[in-house]
Amino acid sequence: MNATPLTQGGNAYNFGFLDEYAKKEVRRAVLKAIAIPGYQVPYASREMPMGRGFGTGGLQLTLALIGPDEVMKVIDQGSDDSVNAVNLRRFIEMTCPGVSTTTKTAECTLIQSRHRIPELPLTSTQIIVLQVPYPDPLVVVEPSEDKRKTMHGEADYSRLLVKLYEDIVKFDEITISHRYPTRINGHYVIDPSPIPRWDVPKLDDSAALILFGAGREKKIYAVPPHTRAEPLAFSDVPFRVEDFRDGAGQRRACARCGSVDSFLDEFVSDSGGKTYQCSDSDWCDGVEASA
Amino acid sequence: MNKILEVRGLSKTYGPGCPQCVESTGPEADTNLCPHCGSVVAIHDVSFDLFEGEILGVMGESGSGKSTVVKALYFDQVPSSGEAIFYDSDKQHELFALNAARQRWLRNHRFGMVYQNPNLGLNFNISAGGNIAERLLMSDLMDYGAIRERAKALLARTEVLLSRVDDLPKHFSGGMQQRVQIAKALATQPPLLFLDEVSTGLDLSVQARILDLILEIQQELKTAMVVVTHDLGVIRLLTGRAIVMKYGRVIETGLTDQILEDPQHAYTQRLVASAL
Amino acid sequence: MSYVAIKGGGRAIAAAAAVTEYLRTEEGLVGTAAEPLEINAILHQLRHLVDRVVSEGGVYHPQFAALAIKQSMGDTLEAAFALRAWRSTRPRLAATPPLDTSKMRLIRRISSAFKEIPGGQMLGPTPDYALRLLRLELMDESPEAFRAIAREWLKTCPEPQLPDSFPKVLDALRAEGLLPPVSATRLQEAFDITREPLVFPVPRSAALATMARAETGSLLAIAYSNMRGYGDVHPTVAELRVGYLPVLLPHPVTGELTEAGEVLMTECEVVAMYEADKANDSGGKPMFTVGYGACFGHNEVKAISMAILDRALQKGMRDGAANPSEDPEFVLLHVDGVDSMGFASHYKMPHYVTFQSDLDRLRTTQNKNREIA
Repeated sequence: MNATPLTQGGNAYNFGFLDEYAKKEVRRAVLKAIAIPGYQVPYASREMPMGRGFGTGGLQLTLALIGPDEVMKVIDQGSDDSVNAVNLRRFIEMTCPGVSTTTKTAECTLIQSRHRIPELPLTSTQIIVLQVPYPDPLVVVEPSEDKRKTMHGEADYSRLLVKLYEDIVKFDEITISHRYPTRINGHYVIDPSPIPRWDVPKLDDSAALILFGAGREKKIYAVPPHTRAEPLAFSDVPFRVEDFRDGAGQRRACARCGSVDSFLDEFVSDSGGKTYQCSDSDWCDGVEASA
Repeated sequence: MNKILEVRGLSKTYGPGCPQCVESTGPEADTNLCPHCGSVVAIHDVSFDLFEGEILGVMGESGSGKSTVVKALYFDQVPSSGEAIFYDSDKQHELFALNAARQRWLRNHRFGMVYQNPNLGLNFNISAGGNIAERLLMSDLMDYGAIRERAKALLARTEVLLSRVDDLPKHFSGGMQQRVQIAKALATQPPLLFLDEVSTGLDLSVQARILDLILEIQQELKTAMVVVTHDLGVIRLLTGRAIVMKYGRVIETGLTDQILEDPQHAYTQRLVASAL
Repeated sequence: MSYVAIKGGGRAIAAAAAVTEYLRTEEGLVGTAAEPLEINAILHQLRHLVDRVVSEGGVYHPQFAALAIKQSMGDTLEAAFALRAWRSTRPRLAATPPLDTSKMRLIRRISSAFKEIPGGQMLGPTPDYALRLLRLELMDESPEAFRAIAREWLKTCPEPQLPDSFPKVLDALRAEGLLPPVSATRLQEAFDITREPLVFPVPRSAALATMARAETGSLLAIAYSNMRGYGDVHPTVAELRVGYLPVLLPHPVTGELTEAGEVLMTECEVVAMYEADKANDSGGKPMFTVGYGACFGHNEVKAISMAILDRALQKGMRDGAANPSEDPEFVLLHVDGVDSMGFASHYKMPHYVTFQSDLDRLRTTQNKNREIA
């Protein structure tokens, strides 16, 4: 479905809204990011017609990469129907005439996503763009950007690791829930964006290119295909994904499709009870259809 | 004995500096402050050697520049001129020719520093154990259980109550904060340790125990140390050799016993005579 | 030497007022169709501007806020200032009891914490998901087209199917023991910042009251610093509500609480990182912590910033401030728009005497230096 192409006082906007120089800059940043896995490449992020914090970084990546034959999927919290996804998809359709959109992960070539990586494993013909609020995992221990740059350069993450140590001392658990710091290619530690721990293993040895765009913070970084991505942990306190077992130790299933292999959203019903459903709407549709 | 540190011509001036700075300051001029340009000549032409396993004292009163010497060697300050070579097993490092990353590596892996003010040496936002863990994590130890055991062992060695391992240092007494600093400095078993007025300001009995601890550790680990102090008692107790500084210059060097028994320079004589 | 008379100040001020009025009405010179701004137009078409001035003026009088905007030609600091000054002329006749925001007549209600919440997510009027593209067709909007829009919407909008109540999301979290219970003993008198000066340490209600009428940009900047790393809050918006809160006053004869009117307000509750607090009511069990923000009018950025700062300040008041956003003195003393704007502007007043004194000191010191050299 394509909306009427966007025009400004009679003159059509450039394909992809951004001017060609802006796109070139983003692409150069992407190449550098792939060449130095996990390194945050600074770029002159443009203002977009949606708010900073609403995916302008991801959007600039999408608009710089998208071609007229692209098959685009946009999700937020795993769902194609979520307001943020709907808004972004509408904008992409308006500014990129000819592009087709889909909700099916298996059929798309480019995905822009907020807070989730699809359950279905991606392939080498796909690119996923993740929206990033905080590019730097060290921001929790050091507010100064200048000092953090030095720490990254020297792979000095001891202060971040101490935070994990203190967590285990206090709570017997590493309490980082999403944005789990992950070491890429043995050097740079990245903030993988607010994806749940459930999705972190998908970064390791991925067939698809994974790109990260922070619009407000003006950084682009990448986990190239088939690259090591190791969540920070101790050799005797390993990394763990979210626990979807109920009180009796049974792994919960999606109330709609029955899947026990996906990340589940929790719903509080009007009566006060709880139900669980796949966060990834396309995955849920797929499991339901084949059931 | 093998040399571990060789310092030659170490100098540091704060301010614009001028051609008359050196001759207008020093022990004869009775000042650090150059009257012509207002610069402070904190240290000038300081040279000494340190050998493996020995404790060298740097003695002087306020304004002598003794702290500036170790601050330069630990890379807290950049000297105006001079050289220092650190001998590390089969390697030699020209300290002031290294880039910032190499300097930081040496700081984290081969040197240790205990400051007079624990705020400089400890992170007050994390627990005592966490402070030590931080240093261990810098040296790539990645087993939580092992880190915890080592942190506890170090704290036990420095006589910090094990029940306090997870407490924040801001809740500790001054003496205990120093102990945590020492434990932290030793975590990576550095061959070279700097101690800057570490017992100053503590109660006498606490001072005595800290000094005893330092001596024991030195005998166990054979760590080479540079001990900065104005206290003759500390010099007498800890050090084998010493240098005496006044207004930024070294005015006397030699075996500690000799300096204390038979001081040559008039200033040293006055110092020794005035000791309680 | 003759005395230099200082004259003409009064005439200058009058002339400045006249030329300002001229600027306000200059449009009347161009073309024949210039109309003075109508208060109604400001109230309706610049509603967020009005809401901001109501909130910073600290008194719920949207009409006078619109007037203040008109007379100040859109300067929000001046307008809030004028409204605050008017407030000082009003006697206090009565006080309401604490009002229950779960009784709000909602026009908007969302939660970022859960996809589905009892009562549902209601987007309401929000620019959040709009594209900030200039609507050039509005450059030349005809009165007919303008009037038709609202009429059309009313004709085609569906029957309202709102649920009877919108239970607070925080209540669900409390019921599960993830938030500390509301202490029954904590219903003390709220601190009245218009009757008592702030003397630190101040209670939480003083901080909230100060922020409720603070200048939006000031709150936002400090809250932003916390979000970016000069702080630790890491908030999730549990609930954001915009709606009309009934104002209850005791009936003059029966004493029964009666609805005297309603005020439009915005309320935001954030849930922040948890801590294991031995001192809190949970007896040492780790719990989420809450930040609360609320203000007159529809101003979401202000309510969210306020909630984040409420949490930051609570932390700072308990543990000591590790960042400016956690320091009550730093935050509360610098966010009032009337105070800050007034003081910034005061630098434009004559400082001849003080400067003369400075000149004297500098000249003397320079002379001394010359003598020494």
